[in-house]
Amino acid sequence: MLKVDSIERGIVIDHIAAGKSMKIYKYLNLDEADFTVAMIKNVASKKLGRKDIIKIENVLDIDLNVLGFIDHNITINIIENDKIVKKLNLELPQEVSNVVKCSNPRCITSIEQEIDQRFRLVNREEKLYRCIYCDQAYDPNKQDI
Amino acid sequence: MLKGRHLIDPMDLTVEELESVFELADKIIENPVDYADVCKGKLLSTCFYEPSTRTRLSFEAAMLRLGGQVLGFSSAESSSAAKGESVRDTMMTIASYADICAMRHPKEGAPKVAALNSPIPVINGGDGGHQHPTQTLTDLLTIRALRGNLTDFTIGICGDLKFGRTVHSLIKALSRYDNIKFVLISPEELRIPDYIREEILMKKEIEFQEIERLEDVMSELDILYMTRVQKERFFNEADYVRLKDSYILDKDKMTMAKQNMAVLHPLPRVNEISVEVDSDPRAAYFKQAKYGMFVRMALIMKLLGVEKC
Repeated sequence: MLKVDSIERGIVIDHIAAGKSMKIYKYLNLDEADFTVAMIKNVASKKLGRKDIIKIENVLDIDLNVLGFIDHNITINIIENDKIVKKLNLELPQEVSNVVKCSNPRCITSIEQEIDQRFRLVNREEKLYRCIYCDQAYDPNKQDI
Repeated sequence: MLKGRHLIDPMDLTVEELESVFELADKIIENPVDYADVCKGKLLSTCFYEPSTRTRLSFEAAMLRLGGQVLGFSSAESSSAAKGESVRDTMMTIASYADICAMRHPKEGAPKVAALNSPIPVINGGDGGHQHPTQTLTDLLTIRALRGNLTDFTIGICGDLKFGRTVHSLIKALSRYDNIKFVLISPEELRIPDYIREEILMKKEIEFQEIERLEDVMSELDILYMTRVQKERFFNEADYVRLKDSYILDKDKMTMAKQNMAVLHPLPRVNEISVEVDSDPRAAYFKQAKYGMFVRMALIMKLLGVEKC
């Protein structure tokens, strides 16, 4: 079995749906990171069957809000001195930028590509987001992140 | 305080702020001469990326009657949009010249993009099938003038409720007033969008019904708001031809209505209100057009922060 060392200090992003870690890697801009990042795919999981994990070493100040929008099953562990010192509950962010595209063909973002694709949370219970420009709802069943 | 603000969505203004605009409009209607120079030295830019008669001319008339001046364009072809310039860049340029901007655009959300990039107030003059907040101010001022207030009535809204931006803005705005019942009359294909039904009407537990025949409810209505089936909002011609004559208001239908019912229409009409209805004292749509100019005068004054001398 492949072994990836535990980290002494940093962030562990756990319970990522199998196969989604590369997208999260991208949304957190980890491709531009100058610190150590380990991405582990298809780990056996009691809860999910298979899951992905991302470990980030020696960095604690990453904005993880977008993860609540992408997948609320994800768990975040903050590690210090080899121990979990904090488990973060993901909240739905008030707004997400450039994560999903508006699907309305009449939206201004459909013809002006440089405009940021921004969605704001309009109903927390229903996890409903709408395009800030045209009010089109983001439908997670029709649009993959 | 409305000075420096944008008006993109009817909900951008609180009920109190709307009332302050209406009160100023009342004063202007009463004594227009007193306001003839209040915007002297100010420039309104009208950026209209698609055709309009009433909205553009009423903005221009409003600014000219306040003593200000206007500049702008009336089609995308006569602006740098034809060369591929973005809304953002156009807005940043216009803001260097003018003090306030009214924008109409066929794409939904374009005025919002402009507002996010503008140091001067931007007024949404209609964006695709989305919102048309100054038409809503016009509608509210008209209803208020005809009924004395904006509460306790049944309004029938008839025609293209799916793509009709004036309808979406009006329902949103009226949802904040007490005891208003909505009767939504349209073919099934042109019913209100889900977000208006679920997030406005159902969420606020407002009484509403969706029906197909105007005749079935004429006698219950205090206001009848007619709309045009807009050809440019359809994706195909066949659907337009099939639905465009579904709802026509004529003298016969008017006999079923209350004696004090008011007929409103954002105009232009095609054939959804017969010309024979124009002479009926309940036909209020041309009065409504005039209120549109007065309410835009009040709005321009408020957003520019100018006051009567």
